Amino acid sequence: MATTLTPVLTDTWDADRSWSLATYEDAGGYRGLRRALGMQAGDVVTMVKDSGLRGRGGAGFPTGMKWGFLPAPDGGPRYLVVNADESEPGTCKDTPLMMASPQLLIEGMIITSYAIGCHHAFLYVRGEILHVYRRLLHAIEEARAAGYLGTDILGSGFDLEITLHSGAGAYICGEETALLDSLEGLRGQPRLKPPFPAVAGLYARPTVVNNVESIASVPSIVQGGSDWFKSMGTERSSGYGLFSLSGHVTRPGQYEAPLGITLRELLEMAGGIREGHQLKFWTPGGSSTPIFTAEHLDVPLDYESVGAAGSMLGTRALQIFDETTSVVRAVTRWTEFYKHESCGKCTPCREGTYWLTQVLQRIEAGQGTLADIDLLLDLCDNILGKAFCALGDGATSPITSAVQYFRDEFVAGTHTPADVLFPPEHSSLFSYTPKHTLVGVHA
Amino acid sequence: MSIETGRGPGQRHSTSYDAETHARLTADSDVIVARYPQARSALLPMLHLVQSEDGYVSPRGIAFCAAHLGLSTAEVSAVATFYTQYKRHPNGTYTVGVCTNTLCAIMGGDAIWEDLSDHLGVGHDETTDDGAITLERIECNAACDYAPVVMVNWEFFDNQTPDSARQLADDLAAGRPVVPTRGASSVCTFTEMSRVLAGFGDGRADEGVGAGVPTLRGVELARAEGWTAPEFPQGTTSAAPAAATEPRVGDEQSSAERPATTPADVSPAAEQQKQSTDDAKES
Repeated sequence: MATTLTPVLTDTWDADRSWSLATYEDAGGYRGLRRALGMQAGDVVTMVKDSGLRGRGGAGFPTGMKWGFLPAPDGGPRYLVVNADESEPGTCKDTPLMMASPQLLIEGMIITSYAIGCHHAFLYVRGEILHVYRRLLHAIEEARAAGYLGTDILGSGFDLEITLHSGAGAYICGEETALLDSLEGLRGQPRLKPPFPAVAGLYARPTVVNNVESIASVPSIVQGGSDWFKSMGTERSSGYGLFSLSGHVTRPGQYEAPLGITLRELLEMAGGIREGHQLKFWTPGGSSTPIFTAEHLDVPLDYESVGAAGSMLGTRALQIFDETTSVVRAVTRWTEFYKHESCGKCTPCREGTYWLTQVLQRIEAGQGTLADIDLLLDLCDNILGKAFCALGDGATSPITSAVQYFRDEFVAGTHTPADVLFPPEHSSLFSYTPKHTLVGVHA
Repeated sequence: MSIETGRGPGQRHSTSYDAETHARLTADSDVIVARYPQARSALLPMLHLVQSEDGYVSPRGIAFCAAHLGLSTAEVSAVATFYTQYKRHPNGTYTVGVCTNTLCAIMGGDAIWEDLSDHLGVGHDETTDDGAITLERIECNAACDYAPVVMVNWEFFDNQTPDSARQLADDLAAGRPVVPTRGASSVCTFTEMSRVLAGFGDGRADEGVGAGVPTLRGVELARAEGWTAPEFPQGTTSAAPAAATEPRVGDEQSSAERPATTPADVSPAAEQQKQSTDDAKES
């Protein structure tokens, strides 16, 4: 096969006590920080810019450019906030990273803080991953005891404190401005942009908000250089990334590969679709990215190619479903999620996700009408691009793409329930006899 | 666990904790506030702290947070009701959450849910009569490669079946020890968990595994096949500064965009000035 795996972030995950500082240092940890501290801060920013690293949290915005948006220092504080609120359905990369290798993230935070002139960084982790929280808290303590945090870090004169902050259960807080409001002790609702966080972020001060995997990629870029990073991936989607395979695949898990690898290649590594079944549909980057089908097996998984094929690379959360799966059931459940997680700030999303759910539940129950399909698309049209933040946009992606590829199943929802067309016990990993109808579970 | 039963006529919430408890919570809250440049940022961890005392976000806990941070109880309630982890009625000793988001649901989460709900005789966000288990449908918990997933007090129980989940619930109800797949070597109580989330470590970070089998599949395949990332170049690669391009403030990042219309949109100083003006208007 053309592409092979490139363990960088994952390289120490199989070590004994991989989460400890000692293990991390033995494997070369904190060499990147030492190198960075010997450089001008601006040169670190340039290096990351030149590497072409793009945000690994979904949007794919160039990380170094984001850092460069900070206005010139004015003597006041500037902040780094790391978004560890991993909650996008299907996305499961940052959580294992922080569980196995928290020091990688801490080192990345220190280098980034040095680069942007930040002396107090924040790590916002979702509240529903208790042991990850413990590991991060412990990692910060270990780093401080070793002189990597606090005052005059490694004799460089650079000072930094990191505050670990637990969320409390809200998908919307993964949106960067909602995250900032939450960190300020408010309801997590998105802010109007501009001003962007780079100008007025946390406490209205210049702020960089980056995803865990983006920040964890920084130490290796500083060590290897921008050309080394660009030697992997494609021209405009450089470097490596975690590809998370889940669902009806023989060996689900985390596969770290250069951007541009294809699902066909990844499936080969993961033992293919579960035995006796075929690929039906999949998400390239979480539930907010339009679904793909078997015709997209050879689409290079980089930002440009996935975009050109009609979806988004997102978080490389490859949720894979075989032919036993009802696309109507899958999409209805995702929509119920968006309805539940809509923060309520803007009308198109708050009301739109509510009505989408009503219509989809009818179709799932086999009680829809042909007009319902047009109604769904019309509702989506009234949400996409008209909501306050990307949550509303994301809610429409699975619906419009599913209707595009599997319209027949929505038409079938005018006369036959989804769980009759696709018995759920055929999709599950174990056999069972359903006790209840599935429709309206969140109603 | 002491539980507030309600406020009597003329009684103030803020008097509900006895002096010793109040002093202890105050000391803890001072530690939390000290982590942040602005005190209000302490509110979310303080609400976890309240749950560690009362087993839910109690009226007296809301009053305590408000008094400590100089907020109104309405402002604190507005925040507490936004987040699903803040419970509005006393929680069981263990929150058992079954993931029924799409991927887990299809892989068997729906089967686990209906079986467990029938077995325990409770529905979503309801607690068993013995106070042991609060059952919840949960959303994606970032463990899709371990589907179907069940969480107990937000510790991972991976690759579950209806049988394993029922056994898990029975063990919890009977007080028998249970061990997360990836987590500490035993499950702590809801109140103990809440204290950790408030930022007070319990010294258990070294327990448990670093990764489960699916987490390691890629790296183990790479080892077996001899695949590696390219070596770091030897010596110092120079960080040659590229031609400095003027950074444009505020570029495309989401659907929430509008043209910059005021000085506050492009300058932190102007935004801060606006903020202080707004604050003055409110006070």
